[in-house]
Amino acid sequence: MPMQQLCPVVAAERLNPYACALTLEAGPMAEQARCGQFVHIKCGHSRLLRRPISICDVDGTRLKIVFEVRGEGTEWLSHRRPGATLDVLGPLGHGFDASSAKILVVGGGIGVPPMLYTAKKAAGEVHAVLGFRSADRAMLLDTFTAVCKSVSVASDDGSLGYHGFVDAVAREKLAEGGFTSVLCCGPKPMLRSVARVAEAAGVPCQVSMEERMGCGVGACLVCTCDMKDGTRKHACKDGPVFDSKEVDWDA
Amino acid sequence: MRDLDMSVCLAGMTMKNPVVVASGTFGFGREYSEFYDLSELGGICAKGLTLHGREGNPGPRIAETPMGILNSVGLQNPGVDAFIAHELPFLRQYDTKVIANISGNSPEEYGVMCEKLAGAGVDMIEVNISCPNVKAGGLAYGTRPELAAEVTEVAKVHSGPVPVMVKLSPNVTDITEIARAVESAGADALSLINTLRGMRIDIDSRRPILKMNTGGLSGPAVLPVAVRMVWEVSNAVKIPVLGMGGVSKGEDAAQMMLAGAAAVAVGTACFADPFAPLKVRDGLEAIALRQGLSAVSQLTGGVKPW
Repeated sequence: MPMQQLCPVVAAERLNPYACALTLEAGPMAEQARCGQFVHIKCGHSRLLRRPISICDVDGTRLKIVFEVRGEGTEWLSHRRPGATLDVLGPLGHGFDASSAKILVVGGGIGVPPMLYTAKKAAGEVHAVLGFRSADRAMLLDTFTAVCKSVSVASDDGSLGYHGFVDAVAREKLAEGGFTSVLCCGPKPMLRSVARVAEAAGVPCQVSMEERMGCGVGACLVCTCDMKDGTRKHACKDGPVFDSKEVDWDA
Repeated sequence: MRDLDMSVCLAGMTMKNPVVVASGTFGFGREYSEFYDLSELGGICAKGLTLHGREGNPGPRIAETPMGILNSVGLQNPGVDAFIAHELPFLRQYDTKVIANISGNSPEEYGVMCEKLAGAGVDMIEVNISCPNVKAGGLAYGTRPELAAEVTEVAKVHSGPVPVMVKLSPNVTDITEIARAVESAGADALSLINTLRGMRIDIDSRRPILKMNTGGLSGPAVLPVAVRMVWEVSNAVKIPVLGMGGVSKGEDAAQMMLAGAAAVAVGTACFADPFAPLKVRDGLEAIALRQGLSAVSQLTGGVKPW
């Protein structure tokens, strides 16, 4: 059940020059949160729409979110300090099913943070493949290492780990065998490549989609995602996590 | 506390308070029913229906603008039959008025939908002749008085005792011309305004944000335009007006009513705050009490123009 709450910020940190993390005291909202879900945050009075931000981690009644400054709303959010209060709707959306026996989590860029709580909630063995544009954009590597059996890193420019995209690393990991599911979050071209790799390996794949959002709860129908069957579903309520085979990657 | 009557009457339909939620911003109520009891609302204008289900426009469908949003959803909906079978029974659990909103490709389609909805027992039918986001029907009917009148006549013939409210577009030179045409054709009420056509461009990609290039503007940015049009229309017709466009607090609703609206709809404000309709109602109540009114309906038409 989603709720609206005023949540105090209890910690604010920079994970790298681009990514900010805020820890919120979120009470029951945190307790109900499942991996792959998001919260919808009001960013000041002059911006009408809330900003959807995925849940990076949950610790009791505390909820951690990570975001990059992309525009005015996230800029405002990046200046919040402990003691500030945020108007938050959540937990929202259909998250990951992390109940499978051997999971590969794949995150790219700002799609990395939601994979952390997903890895933590995984029932079985978890391996991670994380991709960043460059070494200075890397984040949360130590935490992933503590949670996952293996962590492989790739960077677009070769400044950290494998020089290239995560789908190549994911292909190698899946070739090790035994994986029962791939869970993935990142930019759409990356999701598409990883979905292909998973399909080729015969492993079911769930992808978390990002779309421009309005209400966040499924009422306004703006955050549309094209499905293979010709229907248009909505990232906020039907998603953000979809089965990769449902998605129309050519849309 | 003094007694204040919050009820209002819109074309024979009595609502417990003047606040309804605007079509397209509230789905069929299911999502917001998880936040509060929908019986708190005066009424619910359900998401716009078409005769057959529609998947709507490709995304992106929304862009934020200064104190507003542009949308181009394109009437995604499950179709009128699915609404009657699955959504209306849900809405009927609540003690609130249910207003079905319809768009057609032809006058005949409006007629068929009215017959189905009147038979299913909705409280009112809102005839949308003003959707800026679909090619056929929609706005085409709303910008030409003779077509607007034709659609209204057909809707009235097929709606039996259910009142028909026609939703007007602000994308016209003289909204009173359409309002009069629709009134003459037998409309029981008018609702206004629908969204104003607008556009936002990403300066780096040089692409419009919306995939359909243009969309409909709503939110606080349009409030003064809406208040002006409600005022003009209220002076031009005798039938009641449901005022909407940028209402997000009690004062906005009071302005709408002073301009002539019998009731107000809250739409885009729900996206920022799911509780906005209830806050508008409470704010309106506080204003009416402060002004010593015995009924909130005494606000309607109370503006004193210079």
